Amino acid sequence: MTEENVLPGTVVDSRAGSGRISAAIILGLVALGSIVALSIDTRFVYLLVYVWFGTAYGLLLQYGRFCMASAVRDLFAVGVPRMAVGMLIAVALYSLMAAGVQSAGFSTFAPHPLGWHIVIGGLIFGFGMVFTGGCASGSLYKAGEGNVGSMLVIVAISFSQAAFVAMGDWSDRFVPAAWTEAAEATGMPEELSVTNGWFDQFISGYIWNLNGTTVAASLGMEDSAAGIYFANSFLSAVLPSLLLLVVLYLFFYRRSYLRRNKIDRAGLGDNARGMWAMITSSKNTALAGIGLGIFAGLQMWTTGALREHYNIFGFGELLESMGYESGLSLQGTVFDPGYWYITTQEAQWGGWLLNKLGVENMDNIFFGLENGLPNPLLNAPGFMSIGIILGAAVMAHMRSEFKWKMPSLETAVFALVGGTLMGIGARIGMGCNIGAFFATVTNGDLSGWVFLAGMIGGGYLGVKGFNAWLEWRASREGDFAL
Amino acid sequence: MAVKFEQTGDGAYSLDVRGYSCPHPQMYTKKALEKMAAGDVLTLQFDNPSSGESILAMCESSGNELIDRADGSDGSTWKIQKA
Repeated sequence: MTEENVLPGTVVDSRAGSGRISAAIILGLVALGSIVALSIDTRFVYLLVYVWFGTAYGLLLQYGRFCMASAVRDLFAVGVPRMAVGMLIAVALYSLMAAGVQSAGFSTFAPHPLGWHIVIGGLIFGFGMVFTGGCASGSLYKAGEGNVGSMLVIVAISFSQAAFVAMGDWSDRFVPAAWTEAAEATGMPEELSVTNGWFDQFISGYIWNLNGTTVAASLGMEDSAAGIYFANSFLSAVLPSLLLLVVLYLFFYRRSYLRRNKIDRAGLGDNARGMWAMITSSKNTALAGIGLGIFAGLQMWTTGALREHYNIFGFGELLESMGYESGLSLQGTVFDPGYWYITTQEAQWGGWLLNKLGVENMDNIFFGLENGLPNPLLNAPGFMSIGIILGAAVMAHMRSEFKWKMPSLETAVFALVGGTLMGIGARIGMGCNIGAFFATVTNGDLSGWVFLAGMIGGGYLGVKGFNAWLEWRASREGDFAL
Repeated sequence: MAVKFEQTGDGAYSLDVRGYSCPHPQMYTKKALEKMAAGDVLTLQFDNPSSGESILAMCESSGNELIDRADGSDGSTWKIQKA
């Protein structure tokens, strides 16, 4: 907090000094860990890039209190568009960065197949998110603030996904016959048993028959600069973001802005100034949005350049050449998106632990064919998630906001149930608010807006449910005279 | 851990949502303010920094005024006067 916005009665925290020391210690550990990893093998720089970008994301997420759960939830719960505005600014800016990366030829992005599953996944994810109090990356940065409830959310997201993708025979009764037929026709290797289990048949019998595309590709201008900047960035991300900002202004900001500024008959100029006031009303969030946009683009560029340098398609090949063959998928790959992604690596943490406990889960498509189950110490995107926690902890310590916070029973149950729903929603929708929304729309793939629509619907229903819970609880305990 | 909302004097209320994370603090604050009359003052105690951002924005849009603010590593105590 700067001098000028300290209100009367503000307590200047005496622990600020020790917070800075803790922050320095965490950063020192990241640096030390990086040196140790590089001294083992310099090729670990590929993994460390994830750690460093994760740390930068964590710093920015905490600084801007950047939480996509609140973007959707606070609109309906308390009528506050602040976070939704920040998110849309980040989308618009990141899409420009992503376009630069695409035109440099380093893009690691692949469009998501479009189908009903995206809206349903978004709906389940959005509903769960209201109860956990944070989205997938929001829970990571809040864990970095010392919030134990958010750590439970991460645990729930990990294990629910791991269990969901490895569902066995019992789930076959929910599989449409057409999926089983299509799954059989894929001719996948026997050891994957693709006609066994709901999720495997969902992937091989349904998802694989769908197509994903980018705006540039569908307009036939895929390889041109116009296709990348105009179609994939402007049409897919910037224009929809601007339109949504106008909608947010009209429904959630305009009236109070005009009232505050005593404007009776607003002209175009007044409304434009109102829009600008809305965009700048939370400077930290907008700045974090700009920073996230820049770093997310830079991460794609850096990873793309490293792939070129090592002449690899992904981290699996590098792991193999370093002699780490355990946990690779049948194709010799591991999950390695090269950009900001959250849920899949968390599924791998849970899946790896279950695997070590004797659960056979390398016979499913998600782990066995596509993403592998690397040891968490060799899970590059996993280190991005850990980096987010550490970066947020650094920023929280510097701002004297770090505090161990134990959840109440209610919060713990919400964290576990909501986190489980988020995990299931993320697997059905092929990602979370980052992987399925943020990373897609900014790379010219409109499927992310469909995920957002589902997430908004789920968020709306979640707020309804949450309000009903608060009312019921108050009427029962009488501690909040409503 | 219970949420405590009580009248502490003439036109003065207090709400203690310490220990709660998003979205509890901002939702309880909204409900508390809805129960109060114009000019009443709410003393709000919370320890979830992100909720503070939402509560600030909520005050701005509804015209309620944040008349006193104390933030420390053990949480925040804000006084909000209802418009």
